[in-house]
Amino acid sequence: MHGISRKPPTDEDQAASSLKAAKLRDLHAQMLNFHRNKIYTKEAMEISASMLELNPEHYTGWNYRKLAVQFHLNQLPGNGDDSQSIQSILTQELRVVENALRRNHKSYGAWHHRKWVLSKGYLSTDRELRLLDMFCKLDSRNFHMWNYRRFIASLRKMPDEEELKYTTGIIEDNFSNYSAWHYRSVLLCKLMEKKVSGYDAEEIVLKDEYEFVRSALFTDPDDQSGWFYHLWLLEKTLQYEPALISSWPPQGSNLHLSHGACSTGPQPFPEVHFQSKGRMFPLILYFSEPVNCLSSSTVTAECECHTFTNLIWRALSASPQHFSQAWMTYIEFPDNIDLSKACSVSVTVAGAPEITSLSGKPLSKCCHLSFSVRTPSDSSVHSEVDGHHKISWSEENFMVHSEVFQSSFLHMLRSSIGVEKVDNKDTSDWRMDIISNEVAYCQELLLAMDCKIGKLTLVRLLMARSMLVSNGNMDDGTEVRYEDIVKLYDGLKKMDPVHVCYYEDQCSLALLKQVISDVESLAKHCGQYREPSSPASKPYSFLRLNGLLISRIGFMENFLWVQMLDLSHNKLRDIEGLEALQLLVCLKLSHNRIRSFTSLEPLKLLSSLKVLDISHNEIGAHSIDTRRHLCASPLTHSVENEWRLDELVDEDGTQKENWDAYLLFKDLKLVQLDIAGNPVANYRLRSFIVKLMPSLHWLDAEITIR
Amino acid sequence: MGELKVEKHAKYILTVEKKKDDFESVVMEHLRLNGAYWGLTTLDIIGKLDAIDPEEVVSWIMQCQDESGGFGGNIGHDPHVLYTLSAIQVLALFNKLDVLDTEKVANYIASLQADDGSFAGDIWGEIDTRFSYIAICSLALLRRLDKINVEKAVKHILSCQNVDGGFGCIPGAESHAGQIFCCVGALAITGHLHLLDKDLLGWWLSERQVKSGGLNGRPEKLPDVCYSWWVLSSLIMIDRIHWIDKQKLVHFILDCQDKENGGISDRPDDAVDVYHTYFGIAGLSLLEYPGLKPIDPAYALPVEVINRIFLSR
Repeated sequence: MHGISRKPPTDEDQAASSLKAAKLRDLHAQMLNFHRNKIYTKEAMEISASMLELNPEHYTGWNYRKLAVQFHLNQLPGNGDDSQSIQSILTQELRVVENALRRNHKSYGAWHHRKWVLSKGYLSTDRELRLLDMFCKLDSRNFHMWNYRRFIASLRKMPDEEELKYTTGIIEDNFSNYSAWHYRSVLLCKLMEKKVSGYDAEEIVLKDEYEFVRSALFTDPDDQSGWFYHLWLLEKTLQYEPALISSWPPQGSNLHLSHGACSTGPQPFPEVHFQSKGRMFPLILYFSEPVNCLSSSTVTAECECHTFTNLIWRALSASPQHFSQAWMTYIEFPDNIDLSKACSVSVTVAGAPEITSLSGKPLSKCCHLSFSVRTPSDSSVHSEVDGHHKISWSEENFMVHSEVFQSSFLHMLRSSIGVEKVDNKDTSDWRMDIISNEVAYCQELLLAMDCKIGKLTLVRLLMARSMLVSNGNMDDGTEVRYEDIVKLYDGLKKMDPVHVCYYEDQCSLALLKQVISDVESLAKHCGQYREPSSPASKPYSFLRLNGLLISRIGFMENFLWVQMLDLSHNKLRDIEGLEALQLLVCLKLSHNRIRSFTSLEPLKLLSSLKVLDISHNEIGAHSIDTRRHLCASPLTHSVENEWRLDELVDEDGTQKENWDAYLLFKDLKLVQLDIAGNPVANYRLRSFIVKLMPSLHWLDAEITIR
Repeated sequence: MGELKVEKHAKYILTVEKKKDDFESVVMEHLRLNGAYWGLTTLDIIGKLDAIDPEEVVSWIMQCQDESGGFGGNIGHDPHVLYTLSAIQVLALFNKLDVLDTEKVANYIASLQADDGSFAGDIWGEIDTRFSYIAICSLALLRRLDKINVEKAVKHILSCQNVDGGFGCIPGAESHAGQIFCCVGALAITGHLHLLDKDLLGWWLSERQVKSGGLNGRPEKLPDVCYSWWVLSSLIMIDRIHWIDKQKLVHFILDCQDKENGGISDRPDDAVDVYHTYFGIAGLSLLEYPGLKPIDPAYALPVEVINRIFLSR
């Protein structure tokens, strides 16, 4: 019990307690009796008041009083002279509430009763403000008090600017007031959204707020309240409208569609190859944040003499609400279009109000993308039957690209999607200015005092700066040094060991950014993979990120071209984001920390996936499934999925033992699968999977017997 | 530090159930139905539910039902969704949901949804996201989510989201771990978790772990065992549990045990109660403490109960 000691009560305490209990029980019984029998006499009211003042949590008591009030109000003559009587009845209620609040200033029932009484009108709200001041002094973090304050402010139609001044006063009195900082963020959001005069220039508001919070941070760096507010200011500073940041085929590329594998070796960007049976290829668009409403009416794709109509756009996301960073469709050329020479395709995402981001911002500017498509002259030559070669993932089969290739590759990664993306040259300058300023202040503070959350803020500022730079904004001249960021995370892990895994996850993202930041590092990670067992076997564009000790993946916009991905020997627990890699054929996730089949849900969207290695993970080792509610299943009432319950249920009506494996593998068409080294991979599961996937040739390196 | 004194806790729960005469029990008479849920779910998690006679419990619960279809906290008390959920949860534990007139209970709950999608707790109109969670969880367990406007309910919940990624009881209210559990749970049950910024919320939640290893409910507050549930279950639902030190939290919870008389308290050496006993043990289940039945973080019932309800015909 909060604040009550565990010491066993003395005999005197016991006796006193029994006496109190008897008295309260009696009051309870009387009140329930009055309530049941609708007795609202003065005496009954007094008894219920005594009861509630002793035990404000007895909610039926407050219900009784409301009925009593209604009864007495109805008893009044109703001839217009009543306002004094009404006020008297209601004021009595306020007295009871106040006494109850003295007993427990956090009683939901008491505060709601007061709100109910005030909602009737007739009473002065001046007194309420004084009451609020009193409770604020008693406990400035009491959220009931703050909620009631917002209620009274709305009743009095108090302007938001006035309330903002109030929070300024509270904070200046004591910086450590998260509740006041929170209210401040609510008010500023409203003022900025409504573009109230004085709050319509985002740059000025943010600069003022940064200055205001700075005094709090420098005065008491260990108090968290100011730092959380600072984080919000940073988020607001970085907020852009959503933009198209990447695509496949890449912007400015020359796509070669062919039936067979590329006969010549891989060619550097802008030449891109895709093996297709017909004249069809996938078009993938990747946005800076999840957006919705991509459809044939909001996106147009056309070439010189033809508009591709009725394109079906699909959100590449586990979310059934159709918010996704990655969207795809298929473009198919009708027979009459000559593809022997390059045909230029242009894609336009309309600046439509319908397309909004998850955070509510509309895509107000148009995004353009263009590339060319051709089919090489030997496209009629059919290469070998789409046979299956066992992928060995062997080191020798990996070929690094030439330096020329690597730099053209880097160019492809950096090529910005056309036009208006960074139109706001002038406005983006002030964002960079703010970030640079804050970096400097943070560094200054950390010199004086080694403060964990200050250090974390510095790291976030540096990552923010790197993001602004890579989004094509004007650089402030400082190079992005990921080594510094990694070092800061190492410091944080030592200072704050309780949150080690959080820092590891964040650091993984910095490490990934580092990988794609220059030619030298790319050279180690990107190349071609070819299985020697068959000379005509197709080479795969290969990205290897194994053995990096990363616990998180990200920045998928850079990897849309990947056909073969090695993520083995890392610390991955989930693969969110991987669903964007639509060209993926082979995936290695062995020796990671995957705990459940539900973690692998993104794979269900990878229609080209044929080879999967999830051996040596932790599937089956844990009693708690942390992806259970993130995965579409009967437990999450995901409307989009039609649950054919019969498939999940055994004949005797009990759940299928491996319902999560079923949900994953039923939609996959794997040819090669490795699951050994997971506690769940017993004989029963293996037979179950073989039955579920008729396409499977190899299971744990052995040919499947059917 | 020692271990979880399962026998002592079982004994504590069984005795506290019988003690009705001391002041603490009387002051909590109005939420006895919640107490039943806390005590019985704890017994199930530690594998001791068979010490209870289901018939007796079920018969008492049904006496708490009001003609409106809702349940009061005790016999003769007014109906409220807080106790309606506990009634449904306890019946689910005993696999006795069929004693309910599902239509009647579902109608009671659905009648409390307002036009903006929010939910009142009872006819007196207090709006709180706790009640949104309760309505959604109750109706999901009864397989009658179709009775309410789910999209509007979700929209209202999202309107209570704050800039720190957390949720409050009404729009504009400060983020609080208890409210966060309710909102995240409601979004989980309705399949809308992907609308959350899991990293932002996950970090705010992970910062609830203080140096002692315990969890608080919001910044600059003291740790309390009950947050081992509110914060922990939220972290599990968004798959960010690894962002706290699980072992340290286990130690904190075990330190809050009364190893002599059984029961768990909010903080070491405070008086124990059933509420904190449940939250401590449910938290340990989420932390995969050996010998405990796994509990579902969204429905707050053992996984086997939930699987039985949703994964069979």
